[in-house]
Amino acid sequence: MTDSNAKEIQVKPKQEVSSPAEQTKPGVIFTPSVDIFETDRELTLLADLPGVTAENLTIDLRENTLTLTGEVDPFERADEEDILIEYEIGKYYRQFSLSNVIDQGKINANLTDGVLRLTLPKVEEAKPRKIEVKT
Amino acid sequence: MIYRRIFDFPTRGFRSSFRELDRLQRQMEQWQGALSGGALPMPSAGVFPLTNVTEDNDNYYLRAELPGIKSDELDIQVTAKGMSISGERKIPVEGNNVKYHRREREAGKFSRLVNLPDDIDVDKVDAKLENGVLTMTIPKAEKTKPRQITVQ
Repeated sequence: MTDSNAKEIQVKPKQEVSSPAEQTKPGVIFTPSVDIFETDRELTLLADLPGVTAENLTIDLRENTLTLTGEVDPFERADEEDILIEYEIGKYYRQFSLSNVIDQGKINANLTDGVLRLTLPKVEEAKPRKIEVKT
Repeated sequence: MIYRRIFDFPTRGFRSSFRELDRLQRQMEQWQGALSGGALPMPSAGVFPLTNVTEDNDNYYLRAELPGIKSDELDIQVTAKGMSISGERKIPVEGNNVKYHRREREAGKFSRLVNLPDDIDVDKVDAKLENGVLTMTIPKAEKTKPRQITVQ
């Protein structure tokens, strides 16, 4: 490869959630890796959710708590025999507390190639404004 | 480019019908590792991407989680007994005036070699990348497929 500056990705095993809440379905639950960044106008959340389809993803927002839940269908058929298993699959689950500055009606979600991009615009009052000083 | 050779093939232990048992066993090993000091995760080659390999009578199946990677950013080479998966995961820069609160997703290059226990049919390997999961269907070579023998 030509670009020698790029570092190599380190393996990061999936983080299992210890116990988010009492589960009704058996199975493992993982915390997805996220990036969260903020600009003056909005907050953006990127989450790695490999194997989750749009139908299987639930984004729930109530009382300032944002909950991401992603179901993953089993990858292998029943008649396959394991040779090497390095990762498990299971549900993804993560909760975030949002502040009041988020305009909860304008949240936008987009799932491509297993990455969720959630755009959370700030309400008008929270955006910084330049104040003219009158002389 | 340097490929890291990863493993000699693990022995095939439990049958897949005991998958739950398998999981339990792996978890036990994990806990054991955690107790003895080094928090050992699942047994793995320690090379990105983590890979699951399974087989049935006709094919091997290789699966890896590669969220956010486009199919043209992935380079897959197949040899008679294995394959290499390499590429680069890019996370675009999000403007200048952004303030990061959390940064857990990683970008970078990766390359991984996976050896399969038996010969494969190189021409018929199929790979697809869906929802950030790579699934490769690798047909076994004719001579390595199990054969049913009829008793006369």
